[in-house]
This record gives sequence, C-alpha cells and structure tokens, in this order.
Amino acid sequence: MKTLRGILSGEALSWAGAVAAILAVFLVLMLMVGAPIIEALQGFFSGAFGGRRYAYLMTTLSRTTLIAGMAISVMLSFRAGLFNIGGEGQLVVGGLVAALVGVLLPGPPLFVLTASILAAMVAGGLWALLAGVLQLYVGVPLLVGSLLLNYPARYLASYMVAHPYRDVQSGMIQSHLVPMETWLPYFPGTRLDIGILFVGVAAAFAIVYSYTTVHGYHSRLNGLSPDFARAVGLPVKKLTLQTLAMSGAIAGLVGAVAVFGIHHRYIDGMLVQPLYAWTGIIAVLLVNMVPWAVPLSGFFFAAVQTGAAGMERAASVPKEIAFIMQAVIILFVASRVSGALTASSTRRETDNV
Amino acid sequence: MFELIFDPSFAESIPRFVTPILLAALGGALCERAGVFNIGLEGFILTGAFFAVLGSYYTGSPWIGALTAILAGIMLGLVFAEFNLRRGGNPIVVSIAINILAAGLTTYLLRAIFDVIGAFTDPNIVPFRPIHIPLVESIPFLGRVLSGQPVLFYIAVAAVPAIHYFLARHRLGLRIRAAGENPAALVAGGVSPRIVQLWSLIGCGALCGLAGAQLSIANVSLFVENMSAGRGWIAVVAVLLTRGRPWPLFLIAIIFGAVDSLSFRVQGLGLAQQFTDMMPYVATLLVLVALSWWRKRQTI
Repeated sequence: MKTLRGILSGEALSWAGAVAAILAVFLVLMLMVGAPIIEALQGFFSGAFGGRRYAYLMTTLSRTTLIAGMAISVMLSFRAGLFNIGGEGQLVVGGLVAALVGVLLPGPPLFVLTASILAAMVAGGLWALLAGVLQLYVGVPLLVGSLLLNYPARYLASYMVAHPYRDVQSGMIQSHLVPMETWLPYFPGTRLDIGILFVGVAAAFAIVYSYTTVHGYHSRLNGLSPDFARAVGLPVKKLTLQTLAMSGAIAGLVGAVAVFGIHHRYIDGMLVQPLYAWTGIIAVLLVNMVPWAVPLSGFFFAAVQTGAAGMERAASVPKEIAFIMQAVIILFVASRVSGALTASSTRRETDNV
Repeated sequence: MFELIFDPSFAESIPRFVTPILLAALGGALCERAGVFNIGLEGFILTGAFFAVLGSYYTGSPWIGALTAILAGIMLGLVFAEFNLRRGGNPIVVSIAINILAAGLTTYLLRAIFDVIGAFTDPNIVPFRPIHIPLVESIPFLGRVLSGQPVLFYIAVAAVPAIHYFLARHRLGLRIRAAGENPAALVAGGVSPRIVQLWSLIGCGALCGLAGAQLSIANVSLFVENMSAGRGWIAVVAVLLTRGRPWPLFLIAIIFGAVDSLSFRVQGLGLAQQFTDMMPYVATLLVLVALSWWRKRQTI
C-alpha cells in the first residue's frame, strides 16, 4: 500500500517518477505472493523473448499481431473522433465467421482462405456499421452502442460453437478445425505464421489512407473538429460510416488471422479472455495514436503478457499480473498523453445522450 | 412460459438483481452530476465484490465485508481522482484502465490470497440474510417482493430519496451539481471544483463497493472471476439515460434488473444460456433505441 500513498502523495511525478511508481507496484505484487524476484524476472524475459528456438518470442510476435491489429482498427476510428470501443465484438464476429466459412465452404484451399478472410472483414465491418447506424439514425451514442454490441457478439459466437457448429468429439466448446491446407504457413524455419503480414498490410493501408488520401484527411478533420467539418460541408455521416466500416473490417481481419494463423478453429472465449481489443485500445493510446509507433507498443504489451506467463511458469506468479501492470502503465502514461486528443470525442458523446 | 415469468418467485428475485445496478448507478450519478465522466463502474463493482468476500471471510461478518467493499471502492475512487482530476488524464482512458486493473487485481489476489483459480467459495464467507418485515410480509404478492430481501436492497432503495435530497438541498450536493453545471461559479464562491469532484468519486466508490457486496455476499456467498459481468456498463447506460437523476434512475434500474432476473428465469425454459446471457445487453440497447425515438417524437 506504500505505492498508493506514493500515487496520492501530491506532486506531479516526472517520467522517472512514473517508472519508479510502476516498478514499485510490480514489487509489491511480487512480494505479496512471495515470489523469488530474480527467477521471476528470468522467467519474464525468457517467456517474452526466449524459449527453445525462440518459441516464446514467436508467441509474443503472434500476440503482437493481434494486439497491433486491434490497435490499428481502433486508431482509424479514434483519429476520426469516433469513440468506437466495440472492437471486441467486431473481432469476435470476424473470428467466428472466418472459422465457420473455413469449416463449411468446400473448394480449393486458397479460395476457402480468401473467402473466409473476406467474409470475416465484411462481418466485422457490418458489426461496426451497426453501432454507427445506431448513433446516426437512432441516437444511441457510439460509445454506448459499440460497447453494448460486444456482448451479443460474444454470446452469439459462444452459442454457435457450443451448439450448432460445435466439434462435439473434442469435448471442448469450440468449432471444428479449418482444413489444414488453409492454415497460414509459418515463416521458413520458425513457428511464426504469416498473419503478421496481413496486419502489416492493414497498418500500411491505415497510414497511407490517413495521411495521403483526401478521404483520410477529411476523416481526421472530422475527428479534430466535428463542428468545422460540418461547417465546411463535409459529408459527416458518410465519413463516419465509412470509417467505422474500415475499422470493423480490420478487426474482422484480425479475427480471421487469429483463426487461420494461431488456433485453426474458433474456441469459445479465445478472443475475449486475453483482452486483445482492450489492450489494442491502450496500445494505441500509449503512443498517442502515432501510427508507426503502434507495432512497438503492441509488441510491448504482448511481451508484458507472454512474459507474465513465463513468470508464472518460472516462479508461480499469477499471470494476471500482466493486466495489472498494463493498467498501471496506461494510468501513468496514456491518461496523460491522450488527455487532449480524445477530449473532443468525449464531449460529443456526452452531448448526444 | 407466462406461468414461469409471472411466478411470484420471479418477482421475489427481481430486487436482488435491481440492487447492484441501482447502487452502482447512484454512484455513477454522483459522478455524472459533478461532471466526472466515470464509465469505469464495472471495475468498481468487481473490486467491491472481491473485497466483500475478503472481509466476510476473515471476520465472519457480512457487515464488515460490506465495509471492506466500501473502502476498496473508495480507494479505487481515489485512484480515479488522482489520474483524472489531478493529472488531467482522459476519463475514458482512466475508466478503461480501472476496468482492466480490477479484472487483473481481483484474479491476482484470488490466487495470491486464497490460492484458487476461477472461483472462491468457503463456508466461512457469511452472507447477508434476508430480512423479514413482519407486517409487510403478509401483503399478498407484493409482500414477497418487499420483504425477505437482503439488507442492501433496503439501503439501495433508501438511497434513492436520500441522494435526491442530498443533490437538491445539501450543501455538498449543491456544490456537486455546480461542479458539473458551472464550475466557474464554484470557483467564484471560493470552492475548488476538483475537491467537490473528489467527494463525488469517493461517494461513487462507496456505492459501487456496496453494489459489489450485493453480488458476492448477498445474492450468493462466493466470488467468481469477472462476476460483475457487465452490470457496471448497464449502470453507466442508466446514468447516461437519466442524466444522473435519482428517481428516473430508480425506474430504469428496476427495468434493467427485471430483465436481468428474467434472463435467469428463462434458462429454465430450455433457451440456450448464451441467449439469456445476452438479454440484458440487448434489452438495454432496445430501451435506448425506444427512448431516443420517443425523445425525437417529443421534439417534433
């Protein structure tokens, strides 16, 4: 509880102070479970970057793929001033649709894979559009609508793989495996699937779109000053819907990558429990929505999570320490950095209620 | 189907579901009226639920459990205040961080303190017992709703007029409203809006802590990971819908609580659990849709 007093002690902490406070929280948590610190730290680094033939580093990189993908998805929305926090629902719908199309659609592998990914993107995009339609034509604020839509998506996916499309013989709540020929291949000599390339393409698209196209410029303008955008006659509604659709499509793509690259099926809760969408949100806020830095912060949070799993193996520290540390980091860093940027969207959301 | 829904034991169960939403929403209302955009109620409730079990387990008293939950909620309120009010962090970001923090911390502590994964149940956790009110009990139908509920239900219902009065008449309540509506006036009066907002966060933490206690040591006597299960978000929606006015909030909490309770009941009808789990959120969305259509018609 020493750290809490530190937090509340008054003077604004410098960056060094923030780091010290974050480390202090970490130490208190470690002492609480009586973990051997050195071994735990070794476990952390090996869990995040080591392993036999760097197997854990590959796990960190696949996780980076998903987190950074979700970060890019929300970044498109946030930069347009749209506080879309329904990434989880869009991701889940994408993952579910990808797995179902992959399992059910006959045909050559490349065709099935392409169709699944496209279907996932369409599904994610439509789910995001639904939130946009609710805001624009019904008057349910995006913040609330996009969030509430997470739950039907989650439970619908859970139902689909628990009842109609369940792989009953596996004994788990999960779909059947997608055909092996459609699995994303590994990079030669590694255990890292090429899903990271898909997300890389999405990131490149987001950056090019945001900075070089007129449409992207209008969309950002809408984010910086919605009143100005409206006053100069930009089609605000259309921009909103198009941006949301793109955002949701990228989330759906990430879901498809998780299915074809990592799990090869839809397992109940596989996209929800690791908090990918929420981690993506904080990853993008940590770097103040600067696109090129998003993969780095995605990698950072992925390493925190896989490192925590390593600490659990090495020193039996509960791996949930990762979520605590993520939250503390975001409190000290991003709550400060992102204050001004998202303020406008906050105001708009509340005014609409 | 209708027999199941209009069964007295269904009505009897509604207050148990209304209580956590109502308490949390009243807490959220204090923040809303003070101009603090706190959408992290989910994390507050979850933390309260955990610490209620902790307190009750170690002392054998649900009252001390509730007190522990209140203190934990207040601590979280102070964390919110530090990062939002003092450091100027974006309230949505702080709220999301609080939710992640609560999910991580409760699971971590569950393993660190009780050495279990997923759920903790133990005969040493003493829950609140139902309170039977002598005369009320004998009213047909209503008696079973109004009597025989855990004490937190009565506290929650009493809190509605209390907070209404507090906001309408009490000095701090007036200041809370001023902080939300016109902070400059407060400054002119020599009062710091931030201190007032800090008090609203403390009140919010305490009420959400109680909401958590209702979930873990009144409805049941155990803690399950993520047991707040979206109720905090529903409370947030209720606050936004009513703009933090206690009486309308009461009404909305009853509607949402009844749907929550109904979703439990219809599981007995063979509807897949996933659909009943979905009901509160879909119902919340439908209420929002209905209300905004109604508002639109009003303005035309």
